Amino acid sequence: MNPLMLVLKAGVRDLARNRWLLAYGIVLAVITEALFFFGGTGHQVVLSLLNATLLLVPLVALVFGAMHVYASREFIELLLAQPLSRAAVFTGLYLGLAIPLAGAFLAGIGLPMLIHGIRGGAPMLALTFLALGGALLTAAFAALAMAIALRTDDRLRGMAMALGAWFLFTIGYDGAVLAVVSAFGDWPLERPLLALMLGNPVDVARVLVLTSLDASALLGYTGALFRRAFGTGIGPAIALVTLTLWAVIPVVFARRRFLRRDF
Amino acid sequence: MISVDGIRKAYGTRSVLDGISVALLPGRVTALVGPNGSGKTTLIKLILGLARPDAGRILLDGEPIDPEGRYRARIGYAPQAPRFPDNLAVGEVFAMLRALRPGATVDESLLGAFGLRAEWETKVRALSGGWRQKLSSACAFLFMPDVLILDEPTAGLDPIAAGLLKSEIRAAREEGKTILVTSHILSELEELADDIAFLSDGRLRFGGPVATLLEETGMRRLEPAIAALLRGLRVDSGGAAGRPGNCTAGGRSRA
Repeated sequence: MNPLMLVLKAGVRDLARNRWLLAYGIVLAVITEALFFFGGTGHQVVLSLLNATLLLVPLVALVFGAMHVYASREFIELLLAQPLSRAAVFTGLYLGLAIPLAGAFLAGIGLPMLIHGIRGGAPMLALTFLALGGALLTAAFAALAMAIALRTDDRLRGMAMALGAWFLFTIGYDGAVLAVVSAFGDWPLERPLLALMLGNPVDVARVLVLTSLDASALLGYTGALFRRAFGTGIGPAIALVTLTLWAVIPVVFARRRFLRRDF
Repeated sequence: MISVDGIRKAYGTRSVLDGISVALLPGRVTALVGPNGSGKTTLIKLILGLARPDAGRILLDGEPIDPEGRYRARIGYAPQAPRFPDNLAVGEVFAMLRALRPGATVDESLLGAFGLRAEWETKVRALSGGWRQKLSSACAFLFMPDVLILDEPTAGLDPIAAGLLKSEIRAAREEGKTILVTSHILSELEELADDIAFLSDGRLRFGGPVATLLEETGMRRLEPAIAALLRGLRVDSGGAAGRPGNCTAGGRSRA
């Protein structure tokens, strides 16, 4: 087995037995179960689940990811003292974090549906996009967490930066977009707003799920613009490609920092 | 043999190592000593490639160490504060390390002597500090490396385990291995060390055989000799007031 796979295997084995990760999966499963139990139509369930996903996934990936990197510092040093290249250690560590996180997410929302089927006629396409979007968000924010934790050795500062990033991407960014809309309401804002929306992975994930759902009223301003600009066919494809890019870019940054820094 | 050649390293504006040259010879135990924050751990990290020097070179048997890290197959390293993934078992840690060096011959004698076989299924999280130290030392010796780097190896070990480790270090020396040990327990180093590398404020204040150090300081034991070196440094720094410094050992190094 190659070194990358060995580091990855050790990481997955470690995190598969992690209690916080187990709790994350259970919370998601309980939310999903409750929504299907009480929720009315399938659409409403997917929408509520989407909102929970967009808040929880970045939060857990950032905070848990940063915590995990700090807790692994000595182990990282031990790995780097082995005859391994830094690139292999990084990739193994990153995948060893992102795969268990994404696994907990997918198991959390997936298991309740597998156990007693999908009730209320929930739209399959939207659910698939939700699963895909959540997994890609996990990949993006886990990499961002690594980049943050590799930047500062001060754990408290690192955690503050992780929480700050979460606030920025889930709440702050939309607030800023709203401010732009109200300030420049008289101007043709379609194109700049589309660009702004693609600049935030959380927004992209939201639009990815919503465009596949027949819920125009819930698309919001940017979502409606997006659908009008790209239509329902190519729209999700563009959202998916953008979100994939979003999952790759932070990895590139974190990797560069890992290759260059002193331990 | 490891040659450290004119190494400089600064973290930000703080200079940690300021032009260090020292040779670690095969078949000898070199004790790296110095006050807290004198750059001992940084020097070890540079040798391992965990950090990169701002200037200077590190050679392993005359070859510059390669950035891809293949040379580390020849080094066994036991860090100062070892930690492993909490949820892995002792056996899994060993299995992973062995898989990382396929084809390497292994020496499990220390593993057995430390009683780690009995803890094979134990999660690393449940190990005490001393047991983790044993695990770490056993990992360093596992592949019979040419070079052993042991950072405070006996800290937290019970006397029996510390004794076992010391006899293992002596055996490795007989086999011609290059060994670097740091410790704050000078009496312990006295038993083991052939050479002393004394760091202070990022400079090598003494590098050479223990006997030479004792001779130059006029002491019979390592502890007062090191204390004399430190006193010499103080006189040195007070030398600006016009007093002639009497630090004969200060600033000496072996190329």
